[in-house]
Amino acid sequence: MIQRSLTLFAGLFVLILVIGWLMGLPFTSSRLVEAAAYSLIALGLNIQWGYGGLFNFGIMGFLMLGGFAVTFISYPVNPTFWGSDGPLMLGRALLAFAAGALLVIAARKSDRIGLRGGWKTFVTVLAWFVAYCLYRSQLDPAAAYIESAAGGGWVGGLGAHPILGWLFGGVLAAVIAFIVGKIALGLRTDYLAIATIGISEIIRALIKNMDWLTRGTLTVSPIPWPTPLPQDYQASGSDQFSSLLLARGGFLLLALAVLAIALWLISRAYSGPWGRMMRAIRDNHIAAASMGKNVTARQLEIFVFGSVLMGIGGAMLVSFTQIFDPSSYQPINHTFLIWVMVIVGGAGNNWGAVFGAVLIWLVWIISEPLSKVVFDFVSMWSSNFGWGAIPDIEARSAQMRVFVLGLVITIALRFAPRGLIPEMVKREG
Amino acid sequence: MTELIFFINQVVIAGAVLGCIYALGAVGITLVFGILRFAHFAHSELMTSGAFFAFLLASAFAAWGIVTPIPTGFVVLPIAMVISAILALGIDKGFYAPLRKRGARPVTLLIASIGVTLMVQGLIRLFFGAGSYSFFETEAKDVFRIDLSMLGSTRPLVITEPQLLMIIVTAISVIALHLFLTRSRLGKAMRAMADNADLAQVSGINTALVVRVTWIIAGALGCMAGTMLALDVTLKPDLAFNIIIPIFAAAIVGGLGQAYGAIAGGLLIGFAESLAVFNWTMVLRPLNAILPDWLQLPATLALVPTEYKLTVAFVILVVTLLVRPTGIFKGASS
Repeated sequence: MIQRSLTLFAGLFVLILVIGWLMGLPFTSSRLVEAAAYSLIALGLNIQWGYGGLFNFGIMGFLMLGGFAVTFISYPVNPTFWGSDGPLMLGRALLAFAAGALLVIAARKSDRIGLRGGWKTFVTVLAWFVAYCLYRSQLDPAAAYIESAAGGGWVGGLGAHPILGWLFGGVLAAVIAFIVGKIALGLRTDYLAIATIGISEIIRALIKNMDWLTRGTLTVSPIPWPTPLPQDYQASGSDQFSSLLLARGGFLLLALAVLAIALWLISRAYSGPWGRMMRAIRDNHIAAASMGKNVTARQLEIFVFGSVLMGIGGAMLVSFTQIFDPSSYQPINHTFLIWVMVIVGGAGNNWGAVFGAVLIWLVWIISEPLSKVVFDFVSMWSSNFGWGAIPDIEARSAQMRVFVLGLVITIALRFAPRGLIPEMVKREG
Repeated sequence: MTELIFFINQVVIAGAVLGCIYALGAVGITLVFGILRFAHFAHSELMTSGAFFAFLLASAFAAWGIVTPIPTGFVVLPIAMVISAILALGIDKGFYAPLRKRGARPVTLLIASIGVTLMVQGLIRLFFGAGSYSFFETEAKDVFRIDLSMLGSTRPLVITEPQLLMIIVTAISVIALHLFLTRSRLGKAMRAMADNADLAQVSGINTALVVRVTWIIAGALGCMAGTMLALDVTLKPDLAFNIIIPIFAAAIVGGLGQAYGAIAGGLLIGFAESLAVFNWTMVLRPLNAILPDWLQLPATLALVPTEYKLTVAFVILVVTLLVRPTGIFKGASS
C-alpha cells in the first residue's frame, strides 16, 4: 500500500514537471498554490465524509464565507462609510435582529405559560414573521443608504493582515457550520445532501445580493497578499520573471505550511482514540451509540472541523487571486469538483485526499488546452476532408472541462470505488 | 378590480406555470427515488437535454418549412419525449445498472448521478456553447389579452399561448399518469415496489421491467418540463441545473416516492415563489386613501426582494426537512 502511494505521488510529481515544462513556470506555480488551497478544502471534506460519513454538498457556501471573511478583514478601511450615518443605522438593524431573536426564543418557550400544540405553533410562526419584518424594516433603509454615494457604497474592510482574514474565514465557517449542523445533521444521507445544497444556495444568494456588505456583483479587488507581491520585488530591483516567481514561491510556501500543519494535526487526531471513535460511528452509528458515544455531538464536531478547513481554503483562494467575485462561485467548480477530488483520491485517507486534490485540479486545468489540441487536430482533419473546420474551438474546449470531470468520476466509481489511495483498515489484536 | 386582475397576472398565472414545470420535474425525481432509492441529481440534465432535443426538432421543422398552428415546440414534444426516454434508459444501463449490480449504496449512486450530470452538461455545452436560444426566433409568441373592462378592470388579463398550452398539457399528463398508476397492472406494480421493494419482488413483480418503465416516465416527463421551461423563458445549457433544488424541494415537500405529493409540492413551491416576490403595494394601494399620512404604504412591499426568489424554495425545503422530513404525503425515508 505504501509503495502504491509512493508510486502514485511520484507519477504526480512527473505530471507537475511536464506541465511546468509545457506551460511555463509562472503558470505552474499559480496552479500549485491553488492546488494547495484545494488540498486543504479536500482535507476538510475528507474529515466530514471520509471520517464521519457526513454528506456535505454545501462546500460552495463555506468557500464563499471564507472568501468574504478575508475580504472583510484585509481590504483597506472605507473612511466614507465610517464617517457617515451608516454604522449607526447598521447598529439599529443589529438591535432589531437581536430583538427579533429574543422574540423567537420567547415564542419557543411559550409552553411555560400554558400554550400548547397548535397555539404554540401559531405563536412561533407569528414571532418569526414579526422578527423578520422588524429586521427588514431596519436593514432595508440602512442597506439603501450605505449603497448610495453618501454611505460610501459599501462597508469596506478592516485593513488587517490577510492571515487574520484566513483565521476569521475558519471561525466564520465554524460558526455557520455549527448552525447548519444543528439544523441539518439529524437528516439521513440523501436528505442531508439536498439540505446542505439548499443552505449553500441561500448563503450564495445572501452574499451575492448584500451589496452593502460584500459589494455583490460589483466585485472587490485588489485584496492584499499575505506575502510580498511581485511589484514589491520589482521595486527592490528584481526583473519581472524572477519577481513573479519569488512572490508566488513565497505564497506557495505559506500555503504549504498551513497545509502541513493541518495534515499533521488531523493525522495525529485520527490515529488516536478520537479517530477510532469516529470510524466506529461512521461504520455503525447505532452500535457506537449503544457503546455510550454521543453520536450527534461527535458528528457536529466533525462537521465544524471540516468546515473550518473549507473556510480557510476558500479564504486562501480569494486572497491569491486578489478578487472576490460572488458571481464566480458555481456548484460545479466549488462543490462537485471537491467531491471528485476526494472520491478519486480515496475517502478516509488524508494522503488520498491531498493526492486527489492536486491531480483533479491539474486535470481540470489541463483538460482545456488538451481538448483544444484535440479539437485543432480533428478540425484540421475534417477541413482536409472538405467537411469544414470546427467553429468556436476556444469556447468549446473551455466547456470540455465539465465533461472530463464527469468522465473521471464515473470511471473512478466503476473501477476504483474506494479511490486511488484507499483508506487503510488497521486490524488491532 | 384592476388590482385583482394584476394579482392574477402576477401571481396566479406565473405561479401556475412555474408550479407545472416544478411538478413535472418532481414527479420524475420522486419516482426514481421511490423505485431505485437514490436522489437522482442528473434529472436536471434529462430536462435540459430534452429541451434541446425539442429545440433541434423544432428547428428542423422550421427548416423543412412546416408551419403549425400551435408553437412548434408543443408539436414536436412527443418525439422529443421518446428520445429523452431512450436517453434515460441508456444512462441507466451505462452508469447506474452496473453499480446496482455490484450492490453499491444509494450514496454511491447519488455521486454517480452527479458524474452523469457533469458529463451530459459538458456535452450540451460542447455542442451548443454557453449562449441562449429561443423557440420563438422563427415564429411569433402569441399573447392573449383578455379585455375585462365590463368587470371594471382597466387592465387586461394577460397570458401567452405557450403558458396556456403548458397548463393544459400538464393537466392532461397528470391525469394520464394518475390513470396509469391506478388502473394499469404495471402502474400498480410500480406503486407496490415503491412501498416495499422486497415484498414486491417476492410477490412476482418483474422488477427489471418496473425499473425500465420508471426511467421511461422520468425521461419523458423531464423532457416535457424542460421544454416547457425553455418555451416560457429561454433555452440555455444550465436551464434546469439552476432549478434542480426547487424541484427536489417540491419532491421532498410532497414526500419522496409519492407521485401525487410531487405534483402538490411543485404547485405549492411555484405559488410560494410568485407570492413571496409579489409587490403587495400594487393591490393595497386603494388603502392609501384611508390610511393616515404617517402610515402610507411604501413603493415596494414584497415579502422577499425579487433577487431572493429562488431562496424561497430553499427555505421551504429546509423547514420541511426539519418539521416533517417525510413530507406532506408521508414519503419514503432512505
